[in-house]
Amino acid sequence: MAKARGLVAVNFEECKGCKLCVDACPVDVLHLAKSFNTHGYSPAEYDGEGCTGCGICYYACPEPGAITVFKRWEEAQEAYICHNNNVQSRLSLQDSVRGLALCDSCGQEVILSDFLNLRFAE
Amino acid sequence: MSVKILGKSKGFYDTFERRPGINKEQTHYCPGCGHGILHKLIAEAVVDFGVAENLIFISPVGCSVFSFYYFNAGNFQAAHGRAPAVATGVKRAKPESIVISYQGDGDLAAIGGNEILHAANRGEAITVFFVNNAIYGMTGGQMAPTTLIGQKTTTTPYGRTLQNEGYPIRMAEIISSLESPVYVERVMLADTRSINAARKAVRKGIKNQIENKGFSFVEVLSTCPTGWKMTPPQSQEWIKSTLSETFPLGVYKDISDQVEPLDLSQNFAPSERIPKLIGLEQDKLDYDIATMKIAKEIDQEIRISGFGGQGVLTLGVWLSEIGMREDLNVSWIPSYGPEMRGGTANCHVKLSRTSIGSPLVTHPSILIAMNRPSLEKFEEDVIEGGAIIWDNSLIDIEPTRKDIKNIPVPATEIANELGNTRISNVVILGVLAGFSDFLDPLVVQRVLPLIFKKKHLLEINLKAFQKGLELGRELLA
Ligand SMILES: Cc1ncc(C[n+]2csc(CCOP(=O)(O)OP(=O)(O)O)c2C)c(N)n1
Ligand code: SF4
Ligand code: SF4
Ligand code: SF4
Repeated sequence: MAKARGLVAVNFEECKGCKLCVDACPVDVLHLAKSFNTHGYSPAEYDGEGCTGCGICYYACPEPGAITVFKRWEEAQEAYICHNNNVQSRLSLQDSVRGLALCDSCGQEVILSDFLNLRFAE
Repeated sequence: MSVKILGKSKGFYDTFERRPGINKEQTHYCPGCGHGILHKLIAEAVVDFGVAENLIFISPVGCSVFSFYYFNAGNFQAAHGRAPAVATGVKRAKPESIVISYQGDGDLAAIGGNEILHAANRGEAITVFFVNNAIYGMTGGQMAPTTLIGQKTTTTPYGRTLQNEGYPIRMAEIISSLESPVYVERVMLADTRSINAARKAVRKGIKNQIENKGFSFVEVLSTCPTGWKMTPPQSQEWIKSTLSETFPLGVYKDISDQVEPLDLSQNFAPSERIPKLIGLEQDKLDYDIATMKIAKEIDQEIRISGFGGQGVLTLGVWLSEIGMREDLNVSWIPSYGPEMRGGTANCHVKLSRTSIGSPLVTHPSILIAMNRPSLEKFEEDVIEGGAIIWDNSLIDIEPTRKDIKNIPVPATEIANELGNTRISNVVILGVLAGFSDFLDPLVVQRVLPLIFKKKHLLEINLKAFQKGLELGRELLA
């Protein structure tokens, strides 16, 4: 089995629950949530472990910002730039199912699927 | 080492502020709709190639009409089926831009069938993404030219039949039969492998344009779960099992490696040549605009109306020509019935010191009425304090309004006396120059020889203008 070195983060509000990512994931680590988002959809959710970072679900998904895939989570974790203190920081995974982390520098919660607003060192 | 993350592309807006309503985070597409997948592939490609800043996206009529909510790019929303024509204009005017014509099958293969054929045949250096979902999505699932035999739609409730509706149209095959296109491929968005292949085709289509290779056409078999009445996964299965049987995937034509890059600067008259082409050479005019006796503030909205053949449209063109030579901003648009002669015709003219927003004149400051129906129709629209110039040798009623300047001019009678009924419009032009503060008679007299190249025509028109000018000056006095 492929190595689980990736991390998938589904944006709870941007997902429309179409299930295409769930069916596309080769290692079957996505499922539809039982709850609903504000727009009335049951969003996809990460099982919490096992993502290889292959990116297949990202391309399967029709929503521009519903899925973010960190191909190598450990590298991304270390490269995070805190937008409050503008320094390179570290992300501690908080809730892998919902894609939430804490910034080591400012201590604030980071929504991992809010990709356009996150910065990482090259 | 660079951090590898796949997330929302910078080719999209962060939030979709243009989208009406409270939902500014999701697209308006139905869950599982292929449009979104293709949007993502396009956004990713233009960012990766570093051309996102140059992207001008031409959206069609169809579900993707609102793609400008999402793409952080220039956009034109074209009339139904006309995206390739708009793309042609944009690309020729701005060859350095990356122009994408994005169209559905109703848009491209039905109402716009002609448009796409000719853009392809001219080999316009654009990229066309053709979303074939075998149905009209936006309007509620009617038959498209690409609907399959037997497929049920709201307009083929018993299934499309050969006898009634004919065969589905295969656009990739048709386009690839033309000489000019350099790249034609059909792909599908149905599973990981096919989406990956589609991604490559999207990138190639855009790359070709970056390299000025010519016309690229990518047909994309795409889900419409709503129109097909299936779940999104079922829709993808149906593309694989059924739709792609009628529309086989593959590269239909690819000569992009064999062709030399096009020299797009040769594509149309360079802008320096245009003034000469339309006879607008400043050096022919020996006056100084700064010394002219025309008003500092000008904002005239003029409606000219009469029978076809009275020269009302032409009068509008002359006014614009003169305005241009007075260094004003001008606009002219005609509005007429189907008749060549005898029907009613009218036009909208704007002359302004400041830039012109819309060229439409709904409340004219000056109405020129050359026949009775025109006076009756437009009198009410004139602004308070505006002017109505009307031909009292043809119109047997009078304006009823008291809050306007009433200017009767026997234009046709004067024209007849001079020996040519058709110069009544020049008489009116003279009147305007005589009483108004926005036309300099000097400029008009210089412009007329550029319009009337034949000597005898010029003579009689100058006479008509002089007559009108005198009349206009009397009015002023
Ligand atoms: C001139 C004109 N005729 C008809 C329509 C109605 N109309 C709107 S969208 C559409 C068809 C769209 O189908 P398609 O191009 O397949 O796009 P989709 O919605 O499936 O993406 C039609 C006929 C229109 N808007 N304008
Ligand atoms: S990145 Fe690959 S492994 Fe991870 S959730 Fe997506 S499809 Fe599954
Ligand atoms: S994340 Fe995307 S593909 Fe997955 S269910 Fe949500 S909208 Fe569909
Ligand atoms: S109607 Fe069809 S094409 Fe239109 S948004 Fe819905 S699924 Fe997509």
